[in-house]
Amino acid sequence: MNYINAFLFCGFVCLIGQIILDNTKLTAGHVTTIFVVLGAFLDIFSIYDKFVLWAGGGALVPITSFGHLLIHGALERAHNFGFMGLAMGMFDLTSTGIISCIVISFFLSFIFKPRD
Amino acid sequence: MEKSKYNEIVKKHTPKEDRLFNAMISFLTGGIMGVIGEILLHVYSYYFDIPTTEASTFMIVTLIFIGCLFTCFGFFDKWVGFAKAGLFVPITGFAHAMMSAALDFRKEGFVTGIGASMLKLSGSVIIFGVVSAYAFGLVRLIIFGG
Repeated sequence: MNYINAFLFCGFVCLIGQIILDNTKLTAGHVTTIFVVLGAFLDIFSIYDKFVLWAGGGALVPITSFGHLLIHGALERAHNFGFMGLAMGMFDLTSTGIISCIVISFFLSFIFKPRD
Repeated sequence: MEKSKYNEIVKKHTPKEDRLFNAMISFLTGGIMGVIGEILLHVYSYYFDIPTTEASTFMIVTLIFIGCLFTCFGFFDKWVGFAKAGLFVPITGFAHAMMSAALDFRKEGFVTGIGASMLKLSGSVIIFGVVSAYAFGLVRLIIFGG
């Protein structure tokens, strides 16, 4: 059942992205940026948490989860430290993704050559 | 040539995209990506005994690694061209953007090429994510008290 939920949720997010891409002049970069902002926005009212509970991994794979994790880590620290906590915990949960992405692509770019 | 006539000719010759087909393909590929994420989550949490929150991090790193590697081999570009939103909305798109920027600017040197331009495509995601998360976090902190 979890797999079906994951399929439906992740597919639906990608479907919205494709519809935006086809019907407006926005590029792929715009669409991913919009989704990150949307993910952060949905977390004001803890809506995205419910999506994660419902769809599991399916809600964590789209780029919306990036915004969700950013604001989640920030608020966790903000509990103890107030305003400064927002900046302290911002990358708590997403740092693994960003840093592994930077390191992996840095070293792989030594080995491989660009193809067109 | 008149501008309206020119526009007409351009309109006639631009390849028509089948929007319904695109939407279906992106729905299917996006769904498959979600299922892969869910499978990885299960594998990590049940077979490697990792707590669920950490398992989600492991899953994201695995997907990023796969995205980077496939971009290096060269066939991820074709897949993105075919599936479009189905592959660049999931986290693989983030990895793909960063990896292809690193590959493209490698010839300009390590510092001025890779160092300066690696975040060229994926930087907007990080910048807007951080700014919006800070603003919305502030709103939530003031209104709901965290």
